Amino acid sequence: MGSYIPSTLEERDEMLRTIGIKSTDDLYGAVPSQMKLSHLNIPEGMAELTVSEKIRAMAARNKVFGSIFRGAGAYNHYIPSIVKEVTGKETFLTAYTPYQAEISQGVLQNIFEYQTMVCELTGMDVANASVYDGASGAAEAITMCIDRKRRKALVSSAANPMFIQTIKTYCFGSGTEIVMIPSKDGVTDLDAAASLIDDTTACIYMQQPNYFGQIEDCTAAAEKAHGAGLKFIMGINPIAAVSLKSARECGADVAVGEGQPLGMPLSFGGPYLGFMAATKDMMRRLPGRIVGETKDVDGKRAYVLTLQAREQHIRREKASSNICSNQALCAMTAAVYLTTMGTKGMDEVASLCYSKAHYAAAQISSIPGFDIVYKGEFFHEFVTKTPCDADKLLAKLEEKDILGGYPVEGGILWCVTEMNSKDQIDALVNALKEVSSCN
Amino acid sequence: MQLSYEKSREGRGCSVMPACDVPVCKVPEGLARKQEARFPQMAEVDISRHYTQLEKRSHGVNDGFYPLGSCTMKYNPKLNDEMAALPGFTGIHPLQPVHTVQGCLEVISTLESYLDEITGMTGMTFQPAAGAHGEFTGLLLIKAYHTHRGDTKRNTIIIPDTAHGTNPASSTMAGFKVINIPSNSDGCMDLDALRAAVGEDTAGLMLTNPNTVGIFDKNILEITKIIHEAGGLNYYDGANLNSIMGVVRPGDMGFDVIHINLHKTFSTPHGGGGPGAGAVGCKKELEQFLPLYRAVKDGNGYSFSNAENSIGSVKEFYGNFGVIIRALAYVMVLGREGIPEAATNAVLNANYMRAALQDTYSIPFNDICMHEFVMSIEDLKKEKGVTALDIAKALLDYGVHPPTIYFPLIVEEAMMWEPTETESKDTLDDVVSILKEIHAKALSDPASLHDAPHGTPVRRLDEVGAARNPVLKYEFDTDK
Repeated sequence: MGSYIPSTLEERDEMLRTIGIKSTDDLYGAVPSQMKLSHLNIPEGMAELTVSEKIRAMAARNKVFGSIFRGAGAYNHYIPSIVKEVTGKETFLTAYTPYQAEISQGVLQNIFEYQTMVCELTGMDVANASVYDGASGAAEAITMCIDRKRRKALVSSAANPMFIQTIKTYCFGSGTEIVMIPSKDGVTDLDAAASLIDDTTACIYMQQPNYFGQIEDCTAAAEKAHGAGLKFIMGINPIAAVSLKSARECGADVAVGEGQPLGMPLSFGGPYLGFMAATKDMMRRLPGRIVGETKDVDGKRAYVLTLQAREQHIRREKASSNICSNQALCAMTAAVYLTTMGTKGMDEVASLCYSKAHYAAAQISSIPGFDIVYKGEFFHEFVTKTPCDADKLLAKLEEKDILGGYPVEGGILWCVTEMNSKDQIDALVNALKEVSSCN
Repeated sequence: MQLSYEKSREGRGCSVMPACDVPVCKVPEGLARKQEARFPQMAEVDISRHYTQLEKRSHGVNDGFYPLGSCTMKYNPKLNDEMAALPGFTGIHPLQPVHTVQGCLEVISTLESYLDEITGMTGMTFQPAAGAHGEFTGLLLIKAYHTHRGDTKRNTIIIPDTAHGTNPASSTMAGFKVINIPSNSDGCMDLDALRAAVGEDTAGLMLTNPNTVGIFDKNILEITKIIHEAGGLNYYDGANLNSIMGVVRPGDMGFDVIHINLHKTFSTPHGGGGPGAGAVGCKKELEQFLPLYRAVKDGNGYSFSNAENSIGSVKEFYGNFGVIIRALAYVMVLGREGIPEAATNAVLNANYMRAALQDTYSIPFNDICMHEFVMSIEDLKKEKGVTALDIAKALLDYGVHPPTIYFPLIVEEAMMWEPTETESKDTLDDVVSILKEIHAKALSDPASLHDAPHGTPVRRLDEVGAARNPVLKYEFDTDK
C-alpha cells in the first residue's frame, strides 16, 4: 500500500506517549463503537508506478481526435508553452486562498493583474478574482440584478443550453422566475423580449456570439433593457471579445463568460474559468474574491483581498454569494495566456478564428445539402444543414480522425479556430463530399 | 515589484500565431470594437522572470507547514498532477461521442464507487466545483426532495453557531431561512436547543462532525434522529472528513447528503484558491434528484445517466475533471488501509500538538480532539494586549504559515490548527518550540509582536484603506 505519512512507527509511539494514551484506538473514543467501520471495501493501496500504469491505461481508452471542428461551449485553442510552465509552479499550485497577504503578494498581484485584463477584455470598471465557470457566472450575474421588487429574469433561448440549464437550477434555489426570450433566425427576438418585460423584470441575459455562433445586436438589447429600468447582462466569448464591440460599448451592466479559451485545455469539461466584470455601480454586488491595491505600514505598495463585507465568512446568511474557493489557478492561466499573447497576439488569434471560420463556412456550404442555416453575421461558429442523419455523418468523419461539428436542431454547429489549418479544413470539406451520400 | 503592465513596452511580445493561410476577412465595421483591449506586451524571458518573482513572493505547501484549520492543507502528491496532464485526458472535448470518452467516464465512475463506500452514500455527482458549490447542490437535493413530496412548508435549515460561513450563505441561495442554534459548553450540539428548533418547517440540518472546534459529537445518532423524526434531512459538511475517513462513515451517522472537498481530504492542490471539487453524495431516495450527466457503468462500458427528477445542472459539463483524476490517483495509492491510516495520523498529529502546547496556551476544549484543535489568545490579550492576529503575524517571521484565526466564532481570539497527517514529528516539534518562544516574547516584549512581521516582502497592510478607496485594477497613465 502507498502512504504519504512521514512519521516512523517509533515516532508515532512517542507521540502517543506525549498525549498520554496507549493506542490510536483511544483517539476515537468519542465515536460510538457500533458505528465504527470494520472493513473499508475498496481495493488495496498500490505503489505509485502501478497507479500510474492503471490511470495511463484509462487515458488510453479515450480517443484524441487529430482535428477538431467542435465548440458549443468548449474551444480548441493553442496553449503557448510558457502557460503550462508558469501555472505548474509548485508554489502557485499548492498555495491556499491568500489570507495572509504579507507572504502572498505573488498570488495577490497576479489576481490584480488578472482583474485588470478582464476589465480590458470587457471594457468594464471592476472584475472579480473568478467564479466556477461561465454558466454559474451567468447565474450569479442574475442574482446580482435581482431585488425584492424585481424578481424575474429574461434569458435568451439562443444562449448555450448548458448555461440555461444552470441558470434555471440556480433560480430553483433562489425562487427567481426565468422567462425565456424566443429566438428568430438564430438570434434573440428583441421585439418579443420587449413584450415580456413588466415591472417585476430585473434583467436580460444574452450571449455574444450566441450558441449558434451568430453575432447578436447587444447594443439594441441594452437600450431596450435600460429603457425599462432593467440591467443588461452580456455573456461573452473572450476570443471574440477582442474583435467585437465590447460589453461596455454595448452598454452592459455585467459582463460574464467562460474563460476556457484563454489557455485552458479541453480536459473533458474542466477545470475552466468563469470571468466576471461589472460597472462601478454594481461593484458591491459582485460575488467572490476581489483584490485591491493598498500600502503596508512602511508605505510600500501591496495587494490584499478586499470588499470582504460582501462575503460569506463575514455576512453569513446575508452574503452576496456563498462562493469561497474559486478557480484561482485558472485565472492565473488566463493572465499568463493574455500576457504571452499580448495585444497583438490576441488580435491575431481572433482574426485567424474569424477568417478560417468564414473560409470553412464558404467551402462547406458549397457542398450540396450543407447550406448555411442562419444568414446573420457570425464569429467562429456557424450552423449548416446536413443532407443525411447527423450522427451517421459524424461517425464517418470519426473514421477519418475528425471530430465534426455538434448536432443541433436544424443541422450541425461547426467551430473553426486557429488550430484548424487550411489543409485540415480542405480535408474536412473533401471528407464531407465523400460521405454526404451517407448510405 | 512592478506590475506586468508597468513592464510592458510597445513593440515587445512573443511570436505565437502563424500567418493566416486562408483569405483574411475582417469583422464588419459596425460590429467591430472601437476601444482596443490592452494586454501587457512582454518578451517571453521577461514573462518567465515576472512569474518567478511572483512565485518567490508566495507561500505554498512546498514551502513549509501550512496548518490552516478547516482547510486540510496536506501534501499534494506529484503523481496526481502528472496523471491530470496526460494528453489522453487534456485533449478530450467534453461533447465527444460517448464511446470515445470511455476512459474519462471510467475515472469518474471508479472514483464515485470508492467515495460512495468511504462516505456510506449510494449516489454521487462530481459537477460542483468547490465545497460551497457542493453545499448549494446538496441543499437543492433536499429542497427537491420535499417539493417532490408536496411538502412545501419546509423552508428552514438548522445550523449550529460553530458552522462555516458558507453553510448559512448556501442555505439562503437555496431559498431557505436559517435557524442558528448555540452550542453547549463542550462545543457540541445542544440537544434541547435542537429539539426546540425543529418543527413542521424543518427542511434539514447542516452539520460537520467532527465540528469546527475539532470535537466528534458523541450524540450524533440522537441528533440525526431528531431531524429525521421531525421530517427533515441531514446534510454533512465534508470539510472535516479527513479525520474520520475509513474509520466511521457519515452515512452510518444518519446523514442523507454530503459534500466532499476533493481539494482538502483527497489531496488535490488548492491552486491559490481553486479549482477545487465539491462532490456531492446522497442516499438512495435522493438519487432521483442528482444533477445531470452522472457517469455510470453498464453492460457495454460507461455512459451518462440523467436522474429522473434531476435538479438540472449547477455548472457546465461534468465538473472539474482534472481535479477528479487527481483524487482518483490519491485514493488508488492509499487504498483500503491507507485511507484510515491517513485519518488516524491526522488525528494523532493534532493531538500531539495540542498536548505539547496545553501548558503554554489556553485551549478551551482541551480533550482528545480530532484533526484540529482551537487555542484562545484571550488571556494574552487581556494581560498583554497581544491578539491572535499578532501571534499569526509573528509566525510569518519564522516562515510558518499561521493557522486559521478568529474562527470558529464561539471562541474569543481563536487560532485553529490543523496539522494534517503529512507533517512529520520533527516539523511539529519545531513549530511547538517556535510557539513557545513567541509566547515568552508576548509576556516579555509584547510591543515587538504588534509590529510583526518584519522580514516578509511587505509588512502589515492598510486593509481599511483598501476597502474604503477601492483600487481594483491598474490605472493606465493615458487614462488618468
